[in-house]
Amino acid sequence: MDRLRHVDDWRPGTSFDTLRARACLLMRIRTFFAASGVLEVETPLAGISFGTDPAIEPLRSRFIGPGYARGLDLYLQSSPEFFMKRLLAAGSGPVWQLCKAFRNGEAGSRHNPEFTLLEWYRPGVDENALMDEVTALVCAAMEQDLPAEYCSYAALFRIHLGIDPLEADTGNLRDCALAHDVPGAEGLVLERDGWLDLLMSTLIEPLLGRDGLTFVTDYPASQASLARLAPDGRTASRFELYWQGMELANGFHELKDAAEQAQRFERENCRRYSAGQVPMPVDDALLEALEHGLPDCAGVALGVDRLLMCQLGLDDIDQVLAFSFSRL
Amino acid sequence: MASYSTNEFRGGLKLMLDGDPCIIIENEFVKPGKGQAFNRVKLRNLKTSRVLEKTFKSGESVEAADVVECNLAYLYTDGEFWYFMDNDTYEQYQADADAMGEAVKWIKEQEVCNVTLWNGQPIVVEAPNFVVLEITETDPGLKGDTSGGGGKPAMLETGAVVRVPLFVQTGEKIKVDARSGEYVSRAKDD
Repeated sequence: MDRLRHVDDWRPGTSFDTLRARACLLMRIRTFFAASGVLEVETPLAGISFGTDPAIEPLRSRFIGPGYARGLDLYLQSSPEFFMKRLLAAGSGPVWQLCKAFRNGEAGSRHNPEFTLLEWYRPGVDENALMDEVTALVCAAMEQDLPAEYCSYAALFRIHLGIDPLEADTGNLRDCALAHDVPGAEGLVLERDGWLDLLMSTLIEPLLGRDGLTFVTDYPASQASLARLAPDGRTASRFELYWQGMELANGFHELKDAAEQAQRFERENCRRYSAGQVPMPVDDALLEALEHGLPDCAGVALGVDRLLMCQLGLDDIDQVLAFSFSRL
Repeated sequence: MASYSTNEFRGGLKLMLDGDPCIIIENEFVKPGKGQAFNRVKLRNLKTSRVLEKTFKSGESVEAADVVECNLAYLYTDGEFWYFMDNDTYEQYQADADAMGEAVKWIKEQEVCNVTLWNGQPIVVEAPNFVVLEITETDPGLKGDTSGGGGKPAMLETGAVVRVPLFVQTGEKIKVDARSGEYVSRAKDD
């Protein structure tokens, strides 16, 4: 009963054709970056700190050995972001990485607790230039010309739901969910951003990226994550890429202000604490690197398993992984 | 009161929703990369059979429904209730017309039925997939017709009316598919 979705079969969930398609996809990604002069790097998958985002929970591990007779808690990284930013601050220039990333609690048709992430950073570039490169990468990886369209988060909500996500209060957003018959909305108790997430994932996401790539830009400041804020402070320099109704990538014009980063860590840990979640150990090394100076840069992380799902028209992540969580 | 967290959700799990017992048909985990996780769930109301959708915040708990399925033998009806017995424990249960639904048309005494109990009360009674019933009334068919084409209505001992082939006569026992209400074959006497 512990493994609710367990598939009682020792065989892989993929076909060998899919495994070959995956291998080709990884090869085309490598070719793309080799040609663009970005340095491929590897950073630790297990770290001693973890991001504070209350929506992302770590898978943990523990080292016992030289220097740590009593053991050292390790966190399997949900993205290589902090280590890669330390490389950037140390002067690496543009870097990219293909690695596994881990998230506790996430398992479903589009989620596997460990998944393959493509992440890269470009110094001297803002999110607009990076979105162009994301399009180029996806087109090269898919071997097809995909048109890209851009729409701000606020415009999406205005067009599809007739509501301003930057101005609406929690009650307005709840009313909007009820008016659009989001099933079960009447029984939900959510914070303001929770309602935005519900509306986005239920009513808007399925419509995105139907005729090509859709970049959603200018997220509300409350969802800035690690992006810098726009000068007016209402939106963040953050974008997401959607294709075929699926969230594929998230990018930022990176926050480089160490003090603000420290503040965001603390604020998120406070939210964790009040929600009954364990606060995360803050990455002091990242803060020191930011103090030293992160070059002005933009970075993006793209889910490779989902990209392969889109390429092959498959609707369950189990079909693109040799052994998904349900087949461990 | 027993409850289930969304992490326990799976097909077949029984929950209380808006005062009615429901069973999960499909459970989908939905989560933006950086944001609130939800479980989008498709359920069937066990009392009305209506299918509904709900969204739960992941991590929430929902009251469990005390629902069990068991095999009970039909005893008799007093017109208002239909009485059943557990042949192992001899415990008796009474089902109302809502719980009986279509099953009233197909079951006769001693028939063992699948009964869904909610808090110990029958809420759904299912007739067996195939039942054998005697024809109490049907027009005499034409002699020599064995093709089964055309057919005619026949009243069964439970009061149900089914279409049967012309060669089947009053007093004969026939096998009927209770799910579709269709004649299957003549039943061998045993």
